[in-house]
Amino acid sequence: MKIAVCVSHVPDTATKVKVGQDEKAIDPNGVTYIINPYDEFAVEEALKMKDKLGGDSEVIAISVGNDSSKESIRKALALGADKGILLKDENNRDSFGIAKALSEEIKSLGCELVFFGKQSVDYDNSITGQMAATMLGYSCVAVVVDLKIEGDKVIAEREIEGGKEVVEAKLPAVITAQKGLNEPRYASLKGIMAAKKKTIEEKPAAVSDNLTEVIKLKLPEPKKPGRILGTDSSAVPELVKLLREEAKVI
Amino acid sequence: MSKTILAVLEQRENKLKKSAFEVLTVVAGLSKDLGLEAKAVVVGSEIENLNEISKYGVADVTHFKNAELGNYSSTAYGDAVTEFAKEIDAEYILFSDTALGKDLAPRVAVKLNAGCLIDCVGIKASNGSVVATRPIYAGKALMDLKPKSEIKVITLRPNVFKPIEVSGVNLNLITKDVASPDLSTKVTKIKKSEGKMDVAEADIIVSGGRGLKAPENFKLVEELADALGAAVGASRAVVDAGWRPHREQVGQTGKTVSPSLYIACGISGAIQHLAGMSSSKYIVAINKDKEAPIFGVADYGIAGDVFEILPELTKEIKKIKG
Repeated sequence: MKIAVCVSHVPDTATKVKVGQDEKAIDPNGVTYIINPYDEFAVEEALKMKDKLGGDSEVIAISVGNDSSKESIRKALALGADKGILLKDENNRDSFGIAKALSEEIKSLGCELVFFGKQSVDYDNSITGQMAATMLGYSCVAVVVDLKIEGDKVIAEREIEGGKEVVEAKLPAVITAQKGLNEPRYASLKGIMAAKKKTIEEKPAAVSDNLTEVIKLKLPEPKKPGRILGTDSSAVPELVKLLREEAKVI
Repeated sequence: MSKTILAVLEQRENKLKKSAFEVLTVVAGLSKDLGLEAKAVVVGSEIENLNEISKYGVADVTHFKNAELGNYSSTAYGDAVTEFAKEIDAEYILFSDTALGKDLAPRVAVKLNAGCLIDCVGIKASNGSVVATRPIYAGKALMDLKPKSEIKVITLRPNVFKPIEVSGVNLNLITKDVASPDLSTKVTKIKKSEGKMDVAEADIIVSGGRGLKAPENFKLVEELADALGAAVGASRAVVDAGWRPHREQVGQTGKTVSPSLYIACGISGAIQHLAGMSSSKYIVAINKDKEAPIFGVADYGIAGDVFEILPELTKEIKKIKG
């Protein structure tokens, strides 16, 4: 079975966000980019499924973006993906445009199982996987913390408010990975060396117009400085009084 | 027929959720500002509290009904909402940004070629269209954006828009039986986490971090949470250490939350954690280290020992709630 894993190249979560000059995106100066943390769970699950399914299964890592996205594809290759594809695009696409590019490629590859991270930690949309699945006519289970394949069926547990839903769906399917789905492996030195020899195919991303437009990016209003009420439990009555009478939240 | 604005309402266990009333309130307001007819739709089996819908300013409600649709099915719910949106010529379709809404909204959007404004914390009419504000980078920045498509799909962050009751609106409920729903993707079972409230939906959250020193000490956090009727949250450090389940994690690789009150206990405040909780209305920090970054976002702080302060705070809260 051909398994696709879609990866996104994003600012490290430790990034202190600054607004860029055009006020439409962040200032990339001094920002370290990494593979999207949720995509690591997606890559791990794709590799586990490849092992389970055996035969001539292969894992293809795909990303939409500019040349720098190759770093995240390379990371997936170092972890064990078989080959990489970069769908080149210099523009900022919205989720619809990214899903369009990915779904076109996945369709032409004929992948039956597709993994995404449940959201990328930059724009936090958490909809690209569901959109790509709908474009492909595939089943989709999002925010998955447990996954089994039985015959032509996917049995997945997905996180919801206050619990989990057990979902049954038919293959082909898109799965978006939540933290907790597995323990991602670390890249071995051997894996890193092997990744250098694996190919990353580059091709233009399928054309798509954005359906949304960024007007402006801004930083949240800084919080007013708070008050330290004390250093021990003698401050507790005052805290409770403030929460009741000033904040009115209890 | 004039164009419409549609509220997609979520039910769980045959009851409309509070977030459904938030969506109704926003739809009722936008329908006036945009000159659109407001309608609501809900998919499910029997639903107990449909009569509450008109209290929030929307009269026309369509219930797509089938005994098999009590639990979520992305295929069947997606079909029902998409077809209905086409039928009523919906220009705007609003969901709550819950697990269900986040799953259903992009599916409907693709079928209708609609742009998606996701997880909005602000939305207003502007020049005959809308401008939405949404947090990105887990709240480190805010983005204003507008749709460019003819049909627009919008999800609203729960707990941000307050439901507003109005009077004088009479419910006009239409029930449509769904003959043979496409259940090819279907929830077969729900496993509830043991009696715990979810951080994403809670109005008060008490969170613990590494300052609690050991997993068993989280009982101090749990006791305070119980006294307040609050959810228990956790920092990434204690989740990664296996002390607490991931569903409780607050921050950039966990949940972004905006409760009325957030009490951080023994949490120093890494940038990823602050991103996920800084938009809480009131923040209390209890931490030994008075230089900890958490005090930079706290409204009230006690720079002391959590082991001494938490039991005392729980006692005081119990007294007033008593």
